[in-house]
Amino acid sequence: MTSDRSKLGFYLLLAPLLLWLVLLIILPHIGLFFVSISEKVGVREYETGLGNYAVFFNEPLYWRTFARTAIMSISTTALTLILGFPIAYYIAKMTRGRTKTTLFLMCLIPFWVSELVRTFGWMILLRETGIVSNALQYLGLTAGPVEFLYNDAAIMVGLVYTSILFMIVPLVTTLDSLDDSMIEAGYDLGGTGVSILREIIIPHAIPGIVSGCIVVFMLSLGNYLTPILLGGKDSLWFTGLIYTQFITRFNWELGSAFGFLLLALSSGIVFVGLKLSRQTLSETMGR
Amino acid sequence: MGTKSGLLTTTVLITAMSVAAANAETLRLLTWGGYAPDDVIEMFEAETGHSVEVTTSNNEEMIAKLRATNGGGFDLAQPSQDRITSAQEEFGIYKPIDMSRVDAEQFIPSMLSATADNTTLDGEVYGLPHVWGTSGLVVNTAEAGDVTDYMDLCDEAVAGRVSYRLKRPTLIGFAYSMGLDPFAAYGDTDSYQAILDEVEQTLIDCKDNVKTYWDGGDEIKNLLRSGEVVAAMAWDTGGWQLNADNPDITFVAPEAGALGWIDTFVLPARGRADDAAYDWINFVMRPDIAAMITNTAGNFTAAVGGDEGVSAELKARYQGSFDQAAIDNIKWYPPVPAGLETLEGAALDRINAAN
Repeated sequence: MTSDRSKLGFYLLLAPLLLWLVLLIILPHIGLFFVSISEKVGVREYETGLGNYAVFFNEPLYWRTFARTAIMSISTTALTLILGFPIAYYIAKMTRGRTKTTLFLMCLIPFWVSELVRTFGWMILLRETGIVSNALQYLGLTAGPVEFLYNDAAIMVGLVYTSILFMIVPLVTTLDSLDDSMIEAGYDLGGTGVSILREIIIPHAIPGIVSGCIVVFMLSLGNYLTPILLGGKDSLWFTGLIYTQFITRFNWELGSAFGFLLLALSSGIVFVGLKLSRQTLSETMGR
Repeated sequence: MGTKSGLLTTTVLITAMSVAAANAETLRLLTWGGYAPDDVIEMFEAETGHSVEVTTSNNEEMIAKLRATNGGGFDLAQPSQDRITSAQEEFGIYKPIDMSRVDAEQFIPSMLSATADNTTLDGEVYGLPHVWGTSGLVVNTAEAGDVTDYMDLCDEAVAGRVSYRLKRPTLIGFAYSMGLDPFAAYGDTDSYQAILDEVEQTLIDCKDNVKTYWDGGDEIKNLLRSGEVVAAMAWDTGGWQLNADNPDITFVAPEAGALGWIDTFVLPARGRADDAAYDWINFVMRPDIAAMITNTAGNFTAAVGGDEGVSAELKARYQGSFDQAAIDNIKWYPPVPAGLETLEGAALDRINAAN
């Protein structure tokens, strides 16, 4: 009787998760898959085939766009790690009590407004008649207005800013769990700052680094707003391609195939990243 | 006791309301910004008892939305007349217009028949004309007075201070400016592809001149108002609105011809409130209401006498941009054959990717 009841409780607790997974993730993907393998041969005529996937590999434009998106996302991830690690280390190891909470909160506050608003904020700063350009002119550093928007660097700035929190949080958690006495012991044994970082801190923080990197990489790869708004005429981004296929070209078949390719290729990149860092997904996420 | 009587009153109230609203419906309108001003909606609701829910959108999104639901979710939509037959042929998202329920007297006859011709599929008419306007050039005449045609946007003199959309009107406009005739090639895929190839190369070469490709009407107005962009391909109303703030900026009908569009009324296939939809059509085509819409949207309508109540400033701006020759030179979009947009899409993608 009790076991029956606990079983019921288990299923009831599981139900929201299952419903969410099946109704919102699995079913739409099955539908999307069937759309992606139907090739359009004429008005309201479709054939089953892999032609839409072939388009991706045969048209250099599409896989180059994917490669560009992937490379820029990887650079974003690296940059976010380089910027986020010192911040996380400072929060986790150098501060205590209220200061720690305050600093953590300061990292969080920008995320209380929507991504769109934050991106427009960057546009106000960086545009030709914007704050940075005007400040430089006022200080006499440049003769005329400078355009900072509509290039790859602007996209990177936006992406790093959008995703840095998702790097800092897992890093702070793992660094918190590192016993300070280990670092002290390292110094006692004659270690230098660099060797302690390499031999003690990074090996301990690796699961946090990897999970942070996976989240940031996926967020950048799947980002739509930031590259489109900040990138302007050079904003070629793979999610943008999917959007245009669906909305402006009415080509759902190709769009669905692109969606699946994005899923497969990005999973492949994460898999390679895990292999290279000799981590497993369960180890990284289980912490 | 108090709760009970409260409940009773509510029940009575609800019953009374549902009797009053017996033939009142909710009209879910899928339209462009400015085509359904609040004051017009209020007058319509007061007069007919129907209520109106407005969703603003653009041509592509309208078709995409209706396609996703097989023509459901909305009771009246307003795509441009050239995009109706291909979408209907491919996706079957509209239902034919019942002309007996439309007050045809209110429409300018030539526009009504032209739109009917362009939106006829298998003998059924799918569209009624509503608002018309053009795409052309919006120029800051103080800084870029030499820009008089689409190709002038690629001129050295305005390098880095130009903007246009990366969409099909840009391909068409540049093709005309290059001396080609894309509309004549609509029916012939091969010659249309040849035109597209030429335009694609021009636009790739022109990319350095472009500051950014604009996407929404507010974005381009912002760029022009701040002076970051001095010449752009854009809609006439955008130019006239900016003209009100800065007399230097105005709409210029290009030498190669402005591109004329007509936004229509269509009935989505699974719309549920046809009565309200026809009531809305007949209501907004009344001359006084049409003038109110022109004053907010900035574009003229297909309503007979609809230009009489339009503000004098807007009329002056319109006449400043269009003399009779420019009006005669407007290139009206013919219906886009199904499948053509795939070719254009591929060309646009290549332009977007080029360095």
